[in-house]
Amino acid sequence: MSETLTSALPGAEYEGFVTVREAGLQGMITLRGDLGSKALAKAVTKATGCALPAQRQITTEGDHALAWMSPDEVLILCPHDKAPALVETLSEALAGEFATLANVSDARAVFRLSGAGWRDALAKICPVDFAPLGPGDLRRTRAAQVAAAILVDGAEEVRVICFRSVAQYMFDLLKTAAAPGSEPALYR
Amino acid sequence: MLLLTCPCCGVTAEETEFAPGGEAHLKRFGPGSADEDYESYMFNRKNPRGVHFERWRHAYGCGKWFLAARDTVMLEVFGTYPAQTTEPPAEIVEKIKARRPDWEGYA
Repeated sequence: MSETLTSALPGAEYEGFVTVREAGLQGMITLRGDLGSKALAKAVTKATGCALPAQRQITTEGDHALAWMSPDEVLILCPHDKAPALVETLSEALAGEFATLANVSDARAVFRLSGAGWRDALAKICPVDFAPLGPGDLRRTRAAQVAAAILVDGAEEVRVICFRSVAQYMFDLLKTAAAPGSEPALYR
Repeated sequence: MLLLTCPCCGVTAEETEFAPGGEAHLKRFGPGSADEDYESYMFNRKNPRGVHFERWRHAYGCGKWFLAARDTVMLEVFGTYPAQTTEPPAEIVEKIKARRPDWEGYA
């Protein structure tokens, strides 16, 4: 079974004024619940090592990360093979709490954009001013016609998460947006 | 262009990131209510030219519903507030009155 496990577009890569790369398998767990609950925060921090993120922020610790998705939802990022066990651990720890967990690793696709021009590339497809976004920030928006979450990992490194069913659409979109010579040069 | 600030996630975004949900503060008339009340609840909307209270959903963002007070002609947004509100909050009403002195008020 495990050898048939692949990410949405294995090895997809494009060199434009930013490099677009399909990030491969990524463990993702959706946790919904009362993020103000101390018991929930404690259980999540114990299992992942990360503190609960503030509004529209990401907290990272080693290969685990927590991303704030909405007032009652965090996305737990972890290695793909560890996701099922992490769901088990957290379900036990959160028994009795007002919370639900779902392993959504294989329902999503992740793209990695590297290069100083990522703001210029994304500004072409998202109705967002990317100037205030810096490392550790997260923005959920739309990219052309599909929903996307943009995770800023570093000054020249962002991840774009979308539904797996629209992975090809997203990759084509990012390719077009990153085409050499098409920089809008909005952000310098 | 209509810019709305989602009170749930604090993002100020452009209209296409949101989904409109029609008039806000409707009182539901369900089974057992008078026919006129039910008809009014189902079909009759204010549809004003000017100050309007609306429901919006941050569809491409946090996914939450919220309410907004805006002008349907000028697209001026007077404010957004949580969906768990049965009538326009006092500070929003104040703001509208300051900007539109001839507004007849929320009824």
